[in-house]
Amino acid sequence: MAKCIECDADVKLGSDVETGEIVDCPECGTELEVVNSDPLELARAPEEEEDWGE
Amino acid sequence: MKLGVLCSIIRLEEKLLFEALRQRGVEFTKIDDRELVLDMHQSHYDYDVILERCINHSRALHTLKILNDRGVRTVNTWEVANTCGDKLLTTNMLVKHGVPTPRTYVAYTPESALAAIERLGYPVVLKPAVGSWGRLLAKVNDRDAAEALLEHKQTLGSYHHSTFYIQEYVNKPGRDIRSFVVGDQTICAIYRSAGHWITNTARGGRAGNCPVTSELNDISVRAAKAVGGGVLAIDLFETDKGLTVNEVNYTMEFRNSIQVTGVPIHEKVIDYALKVGEQAEVARACR
Repeated sequence: MAKCIECDADVKLGSDVETGEIVDCPECGTELEVVNSDPLELARAPEEEEDWGE
Repeated sequence: MKLGVLCSIIRLEEKLLFEALRQRGVEFTKIDDRELVLDMHQSHYDYDVILERCINHSRALHTLKILNDRGVRTVNTWEVANTCGDKLLTTNMLVKHGVPTPRTYVAYTPESALAAIERLGYPVVLKPAVGSWGRLLAKVNDRDAAEALLEHKQTLGSYHHSTFYIQEYVNKPGRDIRSFVVGDQTICAIYRSAGHWITNTARGGRAGNCPVTSELNDISVRAAKAVGGGVLAIDLFETDKGLTVNEVNYTMEFRNSIQVTGVPIHEKVIDYALKVGEQAEVARACR
């Protein structure tokens, strides 16, 4: 379990969580990035940039 | 085999690729481009193959060039990323190789762009040469809209917005096609349906299975080869003159396509990357 950095809500993450993965806070909807998977640590996800894509 | 995956934020696609590698017991290194420090005088990198999964085109492009020029094989190559990451270069290669693609004009000033638009005839679509996920596409229905848009692009845009990439508008039947090419085979395809003229699934387009006809396989593989080949997603339109290629994507997203096609796209991508790695191992052993 990790805490949302915006609203402090609990953010449940699966056992297969990856560092760098993007998750949404279930409470406030903030996009969060898993910056560390052991121990679990979240940060605000980076904003979309002009050259993002596929 | 020394395999790396060049990435940054992890999408579902990357998770699926990691899972496929782990299930096969293949060791790999996650290379986060945000942590990369590249010494331009370093002449060797200890990898057989690196699978590129960056979300930033500019980072993929520069890193692939550095790696390829120092003997590291990548999927895809710098050449493919360079062509596919720029719609103008993509169109150029498709035309050069005789692959059907919508009529496209290029211009460099608002005045010449307006002349190009008028010559193509309304509606037209203006796109930034570099961009993805349907970002900053504009359908221009008349001269008033054209003049306003061109002025905005000139005022607001950075330098690459002053290359005007102007494409005929193709009236789609409420959908387009995305086909997935791995090597020399179209492994599957989806229809992307939307009420809006922009059908990217990133913009809400819904994915449904699309049968891979011989026509679709042929034009998809030809498009992939035209841009340098590898692991590519081809976006196509259905027109009354047949299929036409809109663009080619070199870091393909496929999360919505595995279930509807029943094809494990991530497994096919890993198969291909491992084959490239094996070729590199053989080449290394022969040295």
